[in-house]
Amino acid sequence: MDTQQKLQQAFSDALGIPPEKVIDGLTYNTIPEWDSTAHMVLIAELENVFDVMLDTDDIIDMSSVAQAKLILQKYDVSFA
Amino acid sequence: MPVWPDSRKGWPDVFSYPPDLFDLPVYGLASAQKQAMLDELLQSLSAHHYAHCQAYRQLVDCNPFDFSSAPSPGQLPVATRLFKDLELASIEQTEVFRQMRSSGTSGQASKITLDGPSAKRQSQVLVKILQSWLGKQRRPMLLIDAPSTVKKAGAMTARAAGLQGLSFFGRHHCYALDDEMQLDVDKVQAFFTEHGEQPVLIFGFTFIVWQQFIQAMISQGLTVNLTNAILIHGGGWKKMQEQAVTDEQFKATIRQTLGNVSVHDYYGMVEQTGTIYMQCEHGHLHTPVWSDVLIRDPADLSVVENGETGLIQVNSVLPTSYPGHCILTEDLGTIIGEDDCACGRLGKYFKVHGRVPKAQVKGCSDTFV
Ligand SMILES: [Zn+2]
Repeated sequence: MDTQQKLQQAFSDALGIPPEKVIDGLTYNTIPEWDSTAHMVLIAELENVFDVMLDTDDIIDMSSVAQAKLILQKYDVSFA
Repeated sequence: MPVWPDSRKGWPDVFSYPPDLFDLPVYGLASAQKQAMLDELLQSLSAHHYAHCQAYRQLVDCNPFDFSSAPSPGQLPVATRLFKDLELASIEQTEVFRQMRSSGTSGQASKITLDGPSAKRQSQVLVKILQSWLGKQRRPMLLIDAPSTVKKAGAMTARAAGLQGLSFFGRHHCYALDDEMQLDVDKVQAFFTEHGEQPVLIFGFTFIVWQQFIQAMISQGLTVNLTNAILIHGGGWKKMQEQAVTDEQFKATIRQTLGNVSVHDYYGMVEQTGTIYMQCEHGHLHTPVWSDVLIRDPADLSVVENGETGLIQVNSVLPTSYPGHCILTEDLGTIIGEDDCACGRLGKYFKVHGRVPKAQVKGCSDTFV
């Protein structure tokens, strides 16, 4: 799996949505599955999958799939 | 929400936040600068809500004042009780993102209407305030509540909002109570075994921490020796006062049972979610830069001098979706000082004494109906 697929799978597992729904434009709090409770599950999942430690700024800033990529890039995860 | 054509005339919705407002240091703006900022923003918010909320407009028209020139203490405060009696919203029904309600056990609950941007702003500010106490890193977190509290459907309660907001600062979240609100001994012991040496974050509502957690630990003969923990708790002292438990006793008992824990009370309310007034190491509640506290004489609602006790009014620049930028609470408090607490934080610092006796509330809320 490349990092893009890993990211899709992590979102899919954490939010309980099909991987094909995980697109860059998917935004926090715009679907019932991605609420503040699921957000913390997602954070834990991303930390596990990419072996990073996210801080509270990252949690607040992670408002979309596109943002998640930008934040993970800070931790040297690269998306082709 | 219906539209009132007349009300919108002459009050175009020009409200917007100055850039960088939310980057201000949380406790770093001295009085003169802060008051100038609040005066301007609270005036604009009064104009915004006057244009968009019929009930607020009627309140203003019944209590004439010129919101475009009045300084922030002159802006009309809305009594908390009105959020129980009325649905006060400054947005259209289609823009509603979430309704919040107070967790009050007695009587009617307050209903607070949020749109997406308001909900987001609230979490942002809560995180900013807490970062100045906790830093940006997240800590192993023990939540003194039941997992089901945050899963209940319908309007979000203040308790659920608090648990969710604070959970941003945690990792390896562990709920200390089961769904019957009883101590989950195995889970809590496993949590302490794994994380007890780390800087643990503990969060819960004051009375639940005391009654369901600490008392249960004591009666089961459990103690733990945490090395560097922080407990943040809030939600009021009413039930604690009924049991005659003081802040000092609370802190001492926490430390006897859990070890090295720095304990911080906070004051906040569902009508201004996101803003919390954290208690510093000198026992004072501190006002963050985006809000202000005034004390009013219960008899005539005039603003009293620092050091005098009266009704607490809380002002906040956050609410745009409901007219909650100036709120008169039913709590009694005293401003101890401004910009000169020994802890070094700027802003007003104060103490809360509890609810005002019922009879007194009736008298003053009549003024605003
Ligand atoms: Zn202080």
